[in-house]
Amino acid sequence: MPEPFRRLTAAALPFWPDNVDTDVIIPSREMRGTGKTGLAAGLFANRRYRNPDTREEDPDFPLNWPEFRAARIWLAGANVGCGSSREHAAWALAEHGFRAVVAPSFNPIFFGNCVRNGIVPVVLPREVVEKLGSPVTVDLETMTVTGADGSTHPFDLPEEARTMLREGLDPVALTLKESDAIARWVEADRRRRPWAWRDLVSAPAAGPADQ
Amino acid sequence: MGACRGPHASLAPALVNRRPRTLLDRIWDAHEIRPGLVAIDRVMLHERTGAAALKALKSAGRPVVRPAHVFAVMDHIVDTRPGRGDGTLMPGGEAFLVETRAAARAAGITLFDVNDPDQGITHVISPELGIVLPGLTLVAPDSHTGTQGAFGALAWGIGSSEAEHALATGTLRVARPSAMRVDVRGRLRPGVVAKDLALHLIATHGARGAEGMVVEFSGPAVAALDMEARMTLANMATEFGAFSALIAPDETTFAWLEGRRFAPRGPLWEAALQDWRALRSDPNAPFAKSIEVDADMVAPMISWGTSPQHSVPVTGRVPSAAAAGLAPETHARALAYMGLAEGQPLMGLPIDGAFIGSCTNSRLSDLERAAAILKGRRVAPSVRRALVVPGSQAVKRAAEARGLDRIFRDAGFEWREPGCSLCFFAGGESFGAGERVVSSTNRNFESRQGPGTRTHITSPEVVAASAVAGRIAAPWTLP
Repeated sequence: MPEPFRRLTAAALPFWPDNVDTDVIIPSREMRGTGKTGLAAGLFANRRYRNPDTREEDPDFPLNWPEFRAARIWLAGANVGCGSSREHAAWALAEHGFRAVVAPSFNPIFFGNCVRNGIVPVVLPREVVEKLGSPVTVDLETMTVTGADGSTHPFDLPEEARTMLREGLDPVALTLKESDAIARWVEADRRRRPWAWRDLVSAPAAGPADQ
Repeated sequence: MGACRGPHASLAPALVNRRPRTLLDRIWDAHEIRPGLVAIDRVMLHERTGAAALKALKSAGRPVVRPAHVFAVMDHIVDTRPGRGDGTLMPGGEAFLVETRAAARAAGITLFDVNDPDQGITHVISPELGIVLPGLTLVAPDSHTGTQGAFGALAWGIGSSEAEHALATGTLRVARPSAMRVDVRGRLRPGVVAKDLALHLIATHGARGAEGMVVEFSGPAVAALDMEARMTLANMATEFGAFSALIAPDETTFAWLEGRRFAPRGPLWEAALQDWRALRSDPNAPFAKSIEVDADMVAPMISWGTSPQHSVPVTGRVPSAAAAGLAPETHARALAYMGLAEGQPLMGLPIDGAFIGSCTNSRLSDLERAAAILKGRRVAPSVRRALVVPGSQAVKRAAEARGLDRIFRDAGFEWREPGCSLCFFAGGESFGAGERVVSSTNRNFESRQGPGTRTHITSPEVVAASAVAGRIAAPWTLP
């Protein structure tokens, strides 16, 4: 589960072309395993490395500059995270240490994947994003972003997203808080629709499905 | 159950709730714990994402809340060549099988392993085994899960995190989608099948015609379809942009499901039937969108471009951008990729490959119709590869019992083991760059069946006829 997020001041990576898709965030060939880990080295692999196979770094990509190697905030362009719905993009960012993405707009699926994985998605106008500089402060108590120049900008989040991020809850943890209501539904449904409950239906005969 | 199942029990909700409801409303209301949180009755996993979801749960220290309601199957990555084991042509593919197997065992869920007698494509085996039932909610990390809506279940595709959520809590956080009705009047003409109806619908109303909605297919032409054809139609709703598809269950549905391995039996079957007979939309139910289709107007269809929307009658020609309702750049890009020109007839285009299979068209009746065309005929020598991949072990056995495998083999088709196979390129097996393939699958996107492969999606009968002709052909044109 993600760490609770209250307030973070950190180096902010400036990489803000529009429409940076999930394949740019993590190319599919970097998604080697079956899990959520081992992805950080593949983050931005096609931009970050001159040769992704040898991992020879491209000195022009800001993630390779000393001041941004430890960046935990990404200043991005419009429609960030578009393309496929693969959650690996958020997983790779989180594993690398990113806890916030500030952009003029988000792909809706990527927005949700960020929240699920403890990354604060902040929507601010392009002219603001490009002037924030580094370091940047993202504050979920005051719902503001403060740039290196001290300028402060309010932002919005859906209440449920804010709760999840502030308390370090993933959606499963949030739902498990409602276990009592779920249990009541289950109890009622077992009476209402006994045929839908496998333990109430007699054990199936093993064997192939041929009819 | 006796107390709540008397003759008046079913009337009471109607008196309380006079608002006319759609079939979607009925299923949703029965599962809504609170707005935005719905109960999930069944979860199906496959090896491409199953291990990841189960491993993530385990590392978070969370058990699968109802393992008896969760099923996993090897279909996406598993090899389909005869004599297969865990090895795959996809680099690293074997790990997905091995890890899914281990994770499924550890979680205590039912696994249909590589050569299990019930193994097959998720959306083929779930109905065969009576895992999906009318009125259930069912989710799977697969975009064509709506196929199972053919049984009057609300079934939809989800992402990795949602799969974890469903496994851990038996619920999903999801807003109620809106409902769309597609009323199909008249009757499909002889020789016209559900795949043609689906492609006609998508070509007419666009690949985003049902975006985000649950499409309920209704009308006499849908009622006349058998269950396998209904599954083909519901399957293609994904390519219509739908959240999912629904067909109200009827006697055809009930007869098909009775006695299946996981279906209720005895008194619970009777109780289920009573509930299932109420699963329909009220006459004045509010649909966000409603369209009518005249089934008599539907012809055998085939795609010419790189979206299922890019489809025309098989006797047709490549349309202009204006006639296809496409932006000129989109039209030009599709033509360049497909190696076609505006005005060119589809019939007669030389083909390199033929594929019969997938969750769209790999069931027994699909194979029977294709075999009827292939019987006593041969695949043209110019066709480099022709494959038929039965949707499940049960389909394969039934087909073999009827001698269909001999017909396919004698014609020159490879007879494969069940799985998703070449419906999509997963990094292993593929058709070649620039090769033209006729395929009974659901997606003709760029590079879907191999880098640079040109896919034309159509019915199994047009695939069979084209394989024989060596060119795109309609069954009635074969000598």
